[in-house]
Amino acid sequence: MTQPFDLARLRQDFPMLAQTMRGKPLIYLDNAASTQKPQVVIERLTKFYRSEYANIHRGVYELSQNATQAYESVREKVKNFLHASSEREIVFVRGTTEAINLVAQSYGRSKLKVGDEILITAMEHHSNIVPWQLLCEQIGAVLRVAPMNQNGELLLDEFEKKLSPKTKFVSIVHVSNALGSINPVKKLIALAHARGIPVLVDGAQAVSHLPVDVQDLDCDFYAFSAHKLFGPSGVGVLYGRTELLNPMPPYQGGGDMILSVTFEKTLFHEIPHKFEAGTPDIAGVIAFGAALDYLATLDGPALQKHEAELLEYATKQLDAIPQLRWIGTAKEKTSVLSFVLDGVHPHDIGTVLDTEGIAIRAGHHCAQPVMDFFGINATTRASLAFYNTREEIDRLTAGLHKVVEIFG
Amino acid sequence: MSDLRELYQEVILGHSKSPRNFGKLEGATHTGVGFNPLCGDKIHLQIRVRDGVIEALRFEGSGCAISTASASLMTEALQGKTVAEAEALFKKFHEMVTTPMGQPIDDAALNKLTVFSGVREFPVRVKCATLAWHTLHNAVSETSETAKTE
Ligand SMILES: Cc1ncc(COP(=O)(O)O)c(C=O)c1O
Repeated sequence: MTQPFDLARLRQDFPMLAQTMRGKPLIYLDNAASTQKPQVVIERLTKFYRSEYANIHRGVYELSQNATQAYESVREKVKNFLHASSEREIVFVRGTTEAINLVAQSYGRSKLKVGDEILITAMEHHSNIVPWQLLCEQIGAVLRVAPMNQNGELLLDEFEKKLSPKTKFVSIVHVSNALGSINPVKKLIALAHARGIPVLVDGAQAVSHLPVDVQDLDCDFYAFSAHKLFGPSGVGVLYGRTELLNPMPPYQGGGDMILSVTFEKTLFHEIPHKFEAGTPDIAGVIAFGAALDYLATLDGPALQKHEAELLEYATKQLDAIPQLRWIGTAKEKTSVLSFVLDGVHPHDIGTVLDTEGIAIRAGHHCAQPVMDFFGINATTRASLAFYNTREEIDRLTAGLHKVVEIFG
Repeated sequence: MSDLRELYQEVILGHSKSPRNFGKLEGATHTGVGFNPLCGDKIHLQIRVRDGVIEALRFEGSGCAISTASASLMTEALQGKTVAEAEALFKKFHEMVTTPMGQPIDDAALNKLTVFSGVREFPVRVKCATLAWHTLHNAVSETSETAKTE
């Protein structure tokens, strides 16, 4: 059952939002880095450890069976969240980074060869660049990059031009963490599929802002992290289409991913277990299930509307600061406010805002090529979630005016 | 606000806006490059040493107010000092910015450099304050490595 949208009430679900920082009420505007957790997630985590804890997939005793069931039931929740067709397509990993590395090393290493090309975009997070560079070094493949324009929008025709007969894999970010740009992934996937090229979508920044339907997108892989979706850190998801996952070799070897082991020959488990070697973050996955349950009680469209209004309001407020230059002005963007202030270093901005209790991010946001493209070292980034308020934006604006006053 | 005024004292703001000894140095005998991977800030330091004495030093690069002011004030403080004295001053400076708040700092010999004592309240900014000094240390130790704050 969904609740009517009541921001003050909703904020009470998140204990961190009532904390202080440097003696001021905390204003948390670093949601692209990680999101805060609702009480139900924290409680699920502690309840599991307090009264339900056992390892999974092993014991014949009841506790272990219950833990296994609780863990496996989250697979179905994720399947529903992503609109996947089967739980078998949901692989639990540590996070987006591990999901991409898994695909690069398992799919990439077994399917790609010397001279093959992998296409990414100019706005990738390091975690969707470096795993492919490692793969390229290992097998002699070549990394290609589709460019963007000065607004931080991917150039569609350039993207299409980069799809060559040699392109054997496409890996693209759904929403840019440094710029907020939303890529038209459905269109990009169709372009790639028309040439028979599989596509991975890095959804780390998308899942907390947009509804995602992997079947509608028609992507082959989709990766995201629970900690950016109001769940615990240490848990992530790789969605993979059955036809692709099935023939892929294991990423890591060990317990849980096997059917039988002798010193001569090991039979691997079926998907998704084949890709989950060793004891996973059991409690984290189970608590992530609580996060998904929690999100399901909220009115999604109302939250999206609130965030869109907040983004518009914040953009207008900050735009009034003459020294401010936006980095990332895509028409389609999520609530990411990335900017530079003339003559003031982002770290100094970060420190001044810190003393006001405002948590923002100053730096390259693990997207150094994006910084290079705009000819800067770093930006200041405020990234919003549905629990942020207009008053918080007002405090951010006042903080930035103070920055200008000190350094202007 | 008082923490902030402690950190961004007028001297620091002044030096960050118009850094002294900024630019290239003729006849440098030692050079160093410093890099802060956290923010991508970079500093190039050039030093002219004769008979163990620092005759002149200049720096280039872009950084935050703290790292720029620190480099600027360092170049002023080290002019005419011996290399050994410079290293000793780095040690004192480092001790000052890493002494926990509330504990007394030994500010003898630091003179103007004590303006950086406010950095103690902001541990992540210690790297900014010491980047130029680490770079100096590498330059005079004749290592070809880039000084890093991590
Ligand atoms: C777009 C994008 N991709 C990947 C990642 C990496 O996520 P994680 O560190 O959770 O593996 C992030 C996190 O900042 C991100 O924003």
